[in-house]
Amino acid sequence: MSDFQQQALTLAAEQQSPEWLTALRARGTDVWSTAKWPTRKTEAWKYTSLNPLQTDTPAQWASVDDCAWQQAIDPIALDATRLVFINGHFSREHSSELPAGVVRFSEADASQQALIRQHLGTVANTGEHLFVALSDAWATDGILLHVPRGARLEKPVYILNVATPEAQPAVSSQRVLVVLEDNSEAELIEHYVSGSEKQNLFVNSHTEVVVGNNAQIQHYRINLEQEDLLHVGGVHIDLHRDARFLGFTLAQGSRLKRIDYHVNHRGEGAHLGLNGVYLPRNKQLIDYHTNVEHRVPNCTTDEVFRGIIGDSAKAVFNGRIHIHQDAQKTLAELSNKNLLTSPTAEINTKPELEIYADDVRCAHGATIAQLDETSVFYLQSRGVTRADAVRMLSFGFINELLNEVPEQAIQDYLRPRLTTLFGESPQGDELGQMRYE
Amino acid sequence: MLSIKGLHAKVEEKDILQGLDIEINPGEVHAIMGPNGSGKSTLGNVLSGRPGYEATGGSVLFKGQDLLELDTEERAREGIFLAFQYPVEIPGVSNMEFLKVAVDAKRKHAGLPELSAVEFMKLARETSKRVDLDASFLKRGVNEGFSGGEKKRNEIMQMMLLEPDLCILDETDSGLDIDALQVVADGVNSMRDGKRSFIVVTHYQRLLDYIVPDYVHVLAGGRIVKSGTKELALELEAKGYGWLENGEG
Repeated sequence: MSDFQQQALTLAAEQQSPEWLTALRARGTDVWSTAKWPTRKTEAWKYTSLNPLQTDTPAQWASVDDCAWQQAIDPIALDATRLVFINGHFSREHSSELPAGVVRFSEADASQQALIRQHLGTVANTGEHLFVALSDAWATDGILLHVPRGARLEKPVYILNVATPEAQPAVSSQRVLVVLEDNSEAELIEHYVSGSEKQNLFVNSHTEVVVGNNAQIQHYRINLEQEDLLHVGGVHIDLHRDARFLGFTLAQGSRLKRIDYHVNHRGEGAHLGLNGVYLPRNKQLIDYHTNVEHRVPNCTTDEVFRGIIGDSAKAVFNGRIHIHQDAQKTLAELSNKNLLTSPTAEINTKPELEIYADDVRCAHGATIAQLDETSVFYLQSRGVTRADAVRMLSFGFINELLNEVPEQAIQDYLRPRLTTLFGESPQGDELGQMRYE
Repeated sequence: MLSIKGLHAKVEEKDILQGLDIEINPGEVHAIMGPNGSGKSTLGNVLSGRPGYEATGGSVLFKGQDLLELDTEERAREGIFLAFQYPVEIPGVSNMEFLKVAVDAKRKHAGLPELSAVEFMKLARETSKRVDLDASFLKRGVNEGFSGGEKKRNEIMQMMLLEPDLCILDETDSGLDIDALQVVADGVNSMRDGKRSFIVVTHYQRLLDYIVPDYVHVLAGGRIVKSGTKELALELEAKGYGWLENGEG
């Protein structure tokens, strides 16, 4: 067992957990402690080293720090039910009154406990992602979002996860379970954020989503964290008949950020739409692994990821679509485009299509490019400085995906923050405004 | 306005311009014609400072200053405008944003305040009308999915907004039907104010029926081999270029 595996078990033993989660914790502990620690020879971790966890092994749970963050962090201005977690600890003070159907595991009633036990750990597969086992082993609290049959959650649920600096390397864990019954509808925003000071937190965060027949979820996972933070997590989704998952994800920051999307098309007519943007700079590393399992006929997948990799940063994109033998009439498209803005930036992209059905339509493609010098010249020939031209072209590369984000407040939040990544805009806000005209 | 003496330039190690002389006064329209490969497009690209187009000899004075010493964006701010033969498509950057940044850069250079978003949008909408482009084009990505004619009209709209002193039209007429050509020519003619100068690079005499030049020059082998008035263009249309390329001009 590696140092971190050992240490993680010690940390699990320090936790107080409800009795009804014991079985899940035991199962996770079992998988975690017997698993072979991933190395560069492990296919799923080929380009992403877990060494930062071994060299600076965190030995404690992150502390509660419920005041310092507010100066550093603006929440997204959403009209939503807000839940704030600081270093993994729930902050009642900064959170909204929770509506029916949104509850912390620790406050779940008997029927909610039953629902959690029925679904938690069934969508996320420890065999596919070792850190799901860790999440199981560390399970104490979490959030259940449950929408009953035919209902629509009145407001979006906004989970704001804030990291603050710790004296010593520390860990935090987050677990979310979404259960949408048939014909229901909800919107969930998961936002991970930290201040700009050096962070030494390791975050392990997993979300499981069960989308019932003809139900729909609009989901966001926004990761904007300072570059020393370590984050491993995943979104694990089961789609039943005619269910729809519409997702947007964005990642910036972290010297190790690994996010997996595992999607199971389990009922006919299900649809996955997923757009993603990753923007590592400096020495950051961002790794998206997506895996879509088409198990039944007549489902659709439309997945688009774009990355801009600058400085000496590194990105990994592995997009797998697996079409099982029975999954006839599947329509699946996967596109991954990358822009390298520095000679020392690195991208490892691998679209994988595995098709065992014979009547499907699938397309996939990956491109890697540098800034188009003809476009730079075109802008310069109109009086735009090279720096502004580079900023406009870089932003333009991801702007198409931002334009498709349905929640305007998220667009408004991201635009000024992302524009400055590519250099100061001479009139950022005003231009941001003009894009909506 | 522009004084070019003995200009030599190379593109990818190949000598293209070989001693070009031209003198352009304020308000004049000069047409430059010539066979393919004569260096017509190279001239516009050298004047606007395109990377890869290297001036290796001679001098270019623009409004009295050494143009070749300036960066591309400085030349633009000083008043050089190149309407591209093949305007570039830039998805994700809205036409409106691009135009505002460009106009603000020019105004700032001239010591003028930047326009507010509202003022600019009004100006942009009026200008798009002048070139018969629907205002919806302002919201789209720069030239993204535009037809050939729409791209050329977008070039003219940029020219109108930037109000340059010297406009270089690089084969703006190629690929245009008569109607589109008329719109482009009307736009250009509306900008002839007796002070602004134009270099109209074209392969076809047809354009010069619409934009009537003061002078016509024939470029061959990297030099001006014959100069004349607009009648020269008609002569070229009738006789071709062969008689000039072989003779002393």
